[in-house]
Amino acid sequence: MEKGKNFVVGVFDEETVMMSAVENIRSKGVKIHEVYTPYPVHGLDNALGYNYSNLPIAGFLFGICGTITALTMMIWMLGFDWPMDIGGKPHIPLPAFIPITFELTVLFCALGMTGTFFVASNLKPWSQPDMFDPRSVDDKFVITFDLASNKQDSAQLKSLLSESGASEVTTKSLAN
Amino acid sequence: MAHHHNTSVNLDEKFVFSSEIKKKLFMLIGAGVILVIIGIFLAMNSGHHGAEHADAATATLTADAHASDAHGAAHAAEAAHAGHGDAHAEGHGGHGEKPTWALRLIKDLWQNNIFFAGIAAMGIFFVAFNYVAWAGWSAAVQRIPSAFGNYLWVAAPLTIVLFVAFGHDLFHWTHESLYDPKSADYDELLDGKKAFLNTPFFIGRTIVYFALWLFSWTTLRKYQKNEDVAADVKWWHKSTVTSAFFLIFFGVTSSMCAWDWAMSMDPHFFSTMFGWYVFASWFVTALAFVTLIIVVLKENGYLSIVNENHLHDLGKFIFAFSIFWTYVWFEQFLLIYYANIPEEVGYFVQRLKTDAYTPIFFLTLFLNFFFPFLVLMTRGSKRLGIMLKIVCVVVILGHWFDFYMITTPPVLKQEGGLDGIFLFMELGLGMIFVGVFLFMVLTALSKLNLIAKHHPMIEESIHHDVF
Repeated sequence: MEKGKNFVVGVFDEETVMMSAVENIRSKGVKIHEVYTPYPVHGLDNALGYNYSNLPIAGFLFGICGTITALTMMIWMLGFDWPMDIGGKPHIPLPAFIPITFELTVLFCALGMTGTFFVASNLKPWSQPDMFDPRSVDDKFVITFDLASNKQDSAQLKSLLSESGASEVTTKSLAN
Repeated sequence: MAHHHNTSVNLDEKFVFSSEIKKKLFMLIGAGVILVIIGIFLAMNSGHHGAEHADAATATLTADAHASDAHGAAHAAEAAHAGHGDAHAEGHGGHGEKPTWALRLIKDLWQNNIFFAGIAAMGIFFVAFNYVAWAGWSAAVQRIPSAFGNYLWVAAPLTIVLFVAFGHDLFHWTHESLYDPKSADYDELLDGKKAFLNTPFFIGRTIVYFALWLFSWTTLRKYQKNEDVAADVKWWHKSTVTSAFFLIFFGVTSSMCAWDWAMSMDPHFFSTMFGWYVFASWFVTALAFVTLIIVVLKENGYLSIVNENHLHDLGKFIFAFSIFWTYVWFEQFLLIYYANIPEEVGYFVQRLKTDAYTPIFFLTLFLNFFFPFLVLMTRGSKRLGIMLKIVCVVVILGHWFDFYMITTPPVLKQEGGLDGIFLFMELGLGMIFVGVFLFMVLTALSKLNLIAKHHPMIEESIHHDVF
């Protein structure tokens, strides 16, 4: 079976029921495709066993790029390309370079992290997010299984959702 | 993970200030006293007597700068000529009779005194802004900074006594002859500042600072004590109101006491960043002391309520305010470096362009910025007790050196700095003050419940969770 095509969808009314369902389902070794909630649920990332994001590492690397860019630029400009006497200071006055170095570090870090986040999360303007149940942006909590990722069939997964407290259980096929 | 709090939390804990801990503190203080006495003997035998010392000071400064680099010499000369007659007046300014070792001891006492007085006040500040911000997470650790204010009972009399007894040695501006137009020492610039910098007003201000802080502290402690007895949210409301008033006063007094106690030691120098700079130094040290005490208490079986999420937030505080200190410290330096105004530059020429102080100048930057910045950068290290302990000790030491750099050059001129005696006199006195400070703090800590069990947000604090 092809991945990302056929899904089992469980709709939950309560956050607490959904949270214990997530723990129950994962303890049985079933792989959850994704959980959709109307608001950020505290502790759900941990319950789903998500690893911490690597975004800070990207941020650090972009920041270092900014530091190097700023320092090379200013040292080359004021030290070699066009040296100027400003208040009798040396041509390469490091203390005076620090604010701009700091600013470029922050700028590169912020823009780079935002860009990385958009790419990693597939947040391009024309992207079509998967919508399993429109009520998940209003008041329902939705747990989904990808049939291709689990060895259980659709009937087994449905009964697992019902046992865990889902108020509605359906299947859904995505076109793409 | 953080979501699950399976450990049971004991809210009724009381800290027992056992005779064993007291003995350890007395041993620390005793060792400090012995080191100081050895240091005094070493210093007495190392030569240098006051009479020629003061006269030679400014000359040495210029000569040193000359030797090291011509650029600095230009600054030094400017600095010496800044407020005309400055160099002259400083030479005759008064600490004529006292030998160098005595001046050094007086300076060390003052350095430690203002350092720890500020830390104690910052403990109240921490509690106050957490009340006013309606912070829930910190309810579990509230009683530790809340105990800091007890040290003010030592700091208040000590500050007054040291100023009255040794004001002339510590503060150049206290000499009467500077304000007498007929005198050779007459200093027009200081005469212009006389309305603010005069002995009665100085003592009056210092009394007002301590009175306001101690009044706020005793009031907050009274409410906390009542809250422990009877679960009533009104004590929390009252504490919030008291804290709000304290913060208004503290915003002004924290800066003013920095001008008085620290900046006026260099009476010709002034910097609008100075209040913030000293504030940042005190605050991050207080945070380091709070965190250190919490981690050690936890290691000794107390504070089961505190989990790695609370440590994470404390670590963030230390990380953030180490950067804040660096920011203020550097902005003050950068503006002075850029503008190159003689009366401002003198402060940094004394500290950055001399053999005695340059190593410490860069040491403070390493201990107070690079070390906490690099070590506490990752999420994991902020949640690890041992990492926090190392950073806290380094930060406390670093800011102690920062206060050394503020207070030493005005009193000792070029005779300060890291020498063999430093390990005895300065280190010993530091140990004495740490011992007394901890004694006062732990005494207060044992008086109330260790955990604010009836704090209206204690439940939130138990379930505190930082991703």
